Amino acid sequence: MQVTMTVNGREVSGNVEPRTLLVHFIRENLRLTGTHVGCETSYCGACTIQVDGHAVKSCTMLAVQADGATVKTVEGLADGDQLHAVQEGFWERHGLQCGYCTPGMLMSAASLLEQNASPSEDEIRHAIEGNLCRCTGYHNIVRSIEYAAAKLRGEEPAPPDWTLDFEGVS
Amino acid sequence: MTTSLSAMGGIVRRKEDPALIAGQGKYVDDIRLNGEAVMAFARSPFAHARINSIDTSVAEAMPGVVAVYTIDDVRHLGPVLAQIPVGVLRPLLADGAVHHAGEAVALVIAENAYIARDAADSVMVDYDPMPVVVDMKAAVEGTDKAHEGSESNVLVTWLSHDWWPGVFELVDHRPAIAEAKERDDVVVVSQEMTNQRLIPTAIEPRAVLADWNHGYDRVDLWSSTQMPHALAGAVAKTFGLPSNEVHVVAPEVGGGFGAKLNIYPDEILSVFASKTLGRPVRWTETRREAAVSTIQGRGWIATATITGTRDGEILGYELDAIADMGAYTQNFTVAIPVLGLFVAQGQYDIPLAWQVACVQTNTQTTDAYRGAGRPEASYYIERIIDMYAAEIGMDPAEVRRKNFFKKEDFPATTAIGLTMDSGDYEKNLDTLIADVDYAGLRSMQAAAREEGRYVGIGVGTYVEVCGFAPSVLAEFGFGWDAYGMPTSFSGSGLVRVNPDGSATVIIGTGPSGQGHQTTWAQVVSDRLGIDFDNVRVTHGNTAESPTGVGTFGSRSAAVDGAATYEAAEKVGKKAAEIVAHMLEASPDDIRFADGGAHVAGSPGHKVTWAEIAEVAHKPHKGPEGLEAGLEAHAVFSPGNATWPFGSHLAVVEVDPDTGNVEILRYVGVDDCGNRINPMIVDGQIHGGIAQGIGQALFEEAIYDDGGNLLSGALIDYPIPTAGDLPAFELGWTNTPTDVNPMGVKGIGEAGTIGSAQTIVNAVVDAVSPFGVKHIDMPLRPRRVWDAIQKARG
Repeated sequence: MQVTMTVNGREVSGNVEPRTLLVHFIRENLRLTGTHVGCETSYCGACTIQVDGHAVKSCTMLAVQADGATVKTVEGLADGDQLHAVQEGFWERHGLQCGYCTPGMLMSAASLLEQNASPSEDEIRHAIEGNLCRCTGYHNIVRSIEYAAAKLRGEEPAPPDWTLDFEGVS
Repeated sequence: MTTSLSAMGGIVRRKEDPALIAGQGKYVDDIRLNGEAVMAFARSPFAHARINSIDTSVAEAMPGVVAVYTIDDVRHLGPVLAQIPVGVLRPLLADGAVHHAGEAVALVIAENAYIARDAADSVMVDYDPMPVVVDMKAAVEGTDKAHEGSESNVLVTWLSHDWWPGVFELVDHRPAIAEAKERDDVVVVSQEMTNQRLIPTAIEPRAVLADWNHGYDRVDLWSSTQMPHALAGAVAKTFGLPSNEVHVVAPEVGGGFGAKLNIYPDEILSVFASKTLGRPVRWTETRREAAVSTIQGRGWIATATITGTRDGEILGYELDAIADMGAYTQNFTVAIPVLGLFVAQGQYDIPLAWQVACVQTNTQTTDAYRGAGRPEASYYIERIIDMYAAEIGMDPAEVRRKNFFKKEDFPATTAIGLTMDSGDYEKNLDTLIADVDYAGLRSMQAAAREEGRYVGIGVGTYVEVCGFAPSVLAEFGFGWDAYGMPTSFSGSGLVRVNPDGSATVIIGTGPSGQGHQTTWAQVVSDRLGIDFDNVRVTHGNTAESPTGVGTFGSRSAAVDGAATYEAAEKVGKKAAEIVAHMLEASPDDIRFADGGAHVAGSPGHKVTWAEIAEVAHKPHKGPEGLEAGLEAHAVFSPGNATWPFGSHLAVVEVDPDTGNVEILRYVGVDDCGNRINPMIVDGQIHGGIAQGIGQALFEEAIYDDGGNLLSGALIDYPIPTAGDLPAFELGWTNTPTDVNPMGVKGIGEAGTIGSAQTIVNAVVDAVSPFGVKHIDMPLRPRRVWDAIQKARG
């Protein structure tokens, strides 16, 4: 079947089997490999992208369901050389280790901040419950998203909370 | 030395991140070669069954199917090699019988993954089920055998007084402990506890891509492995090649946690298929498949016993354990329990006797999962010490303090003859106690109980052994000899100053998110003053790194980091001769900083690294007899492991009506000696704690009596989400080691080794008013609720 969609601002089309998953269309047909597959069951969130402005898990959506849609993947998050605030936040606050969950995490975080400019820590944790990370324990992911939220509000982000001193709890 | 933020001890943003946050990270499944075919496996639905026949004709006839293979096609390659081959090695494909559910029976190669999956589902296998061994105690009894025809399910029983006779000084403490038990002023506290089986669950599934070149008779192999050089050796040995004809690349690896520290049949089979078909062959496991195609971890049942006085002096600690090896022996399978029991005594100077029976069952193989035996060992001592404290009515922190190895004991010898490098456990615990206001917390707890709230406080300590050494441990199996790559677990670092003054650093590690490119660049920048941004670090590549061991056992910084440090020192020594010639000074007076070198005391009298490099590569411009080039390789074999430690504390609240556990606070005070990049070290602890909490509260690989894995998908195997965890509060003490020149100890597994017992201690403390003394992990609400009901009668 023929599908056509706008991905990261470019109109693309391709011929796919009806059962082709959207994530496979993105990765195999478009060769945009920033979107990852972690579980094929919509549980881990590594494949999270935005479809028509909403965060969607692309491993449980068919490519044909996205026919005519506007899709954004992690490759479309930055504006040229200008990182999106969530990308900057993850870099500044050590929000990633192996990086595999990161694209999905970034897309969920960006979606959250589009809906809620000042999320509490609790709201951030709740918003990314559909994105699993096995490396960070989420602590620095939360701090990264707080950093991004502050930046998007035009405020100075809170200083990092990692422990510089050698003795005692920071 | 430079004082920039990117120096050692400084915080600098990671070199790895710009690619990863832009979706430009290249993991194995992101790499595509022309003409690829794709693998899929037909897997057994039975845990133990004889295979009468395999009919591949339907699969072979499907359009797009390239080939279907069974064991008959690959038996000549032998089984999957294991480093410590005690037990039954895994055949590349099931050979006459299957021994765990999900074992691969046939291999399909097709034009794409969808066709390969369809064809694998069309392979017809006629099975005769056999009796299944799942329960560890039943395995020991041995009425049924996990492997038909074997004499016993017990592969080996490791004993503390006899685990490696003749090498370490082993003391049999059993008579002393038996004698202590006879005293009338002692209490004996004993508890059987399960340390349940876990599924490692790196978010990147394992993936492999093989490309055999028939012209050169060599193979390029991309794998999401933690041990590229060992894999190259295993492939070379299996296919009769010298190891230099096997080029293994571990590109970005999306988490490992020990699960990618193995030789897997799919790696060997992809090479076989590529060689046979003359085209590249790839495979990526699915999540559900990962639960049966990748190793699992833990899986112990053990009785821990403390004999001690009523005032808190421990006179003996015994641990009688059974550890589940699963169906086949792979890389380190049977060594994991004994490795864990290296730290069986915890932080305590106490008489110790342990034994662990390693049993085969009809379940997936177990092997190293973050901590690899040490979380199990730490859990048992830390749980039973809490039960002992409760029994004698003493504060659990106080009982611990009373039995610690003292600062002046170091280097301290453990009960099984190993030497611990450095430690100051009392100061570490004191730091935690002071910083959390422990007394205040206990008052808060008492007040909460008055209000009918069930708040618990748990303390847990640990000592870890990591960066395995000394070299003689290679003869126990801690090397890559079985893969044709004899080595102790030494580190490898190569530092090359290029003609333009930039530096290339090549290390023998196989990281999966630990930030080695950043950390090693800091080490080299710190030693040589080469700008951090001008240092490129590569790893995970057998054609680039002269030698390599990989990344596991919290070894990389303390061993490969030290090798890189030494290589940088060698480069610095030669560069100092060159600079001395250029600046007409003595080599001893040359200092490296700020992108170049200067004469001590006169920072203006300087040259840049580009100028130094030019002279190094044009020997006529340098001192007489200068050998052209500027690079050094160092292999570092430490004289001992490093022994980091820490004290953790959790505050939890249990809802007695539902059994739900909420973590109110989690505080860790750890000690890994000097920290190269504190930001990265914090991150390692965070992730480690999260995995320990996952074990304590949520995770369990559950098999039914038929050997079916009931929790193979993430919906049934809930790893922690952001909403399940609190913000972590971290603190540090710093007790450097002298086993490497940087004074650093490993930190990759510490958080996991310290956290499970801390959470369980807190939850049991919370529900202790009901009379609950122990609850087995995972502490899901139902299990906590049941324990409360049972204790209430």
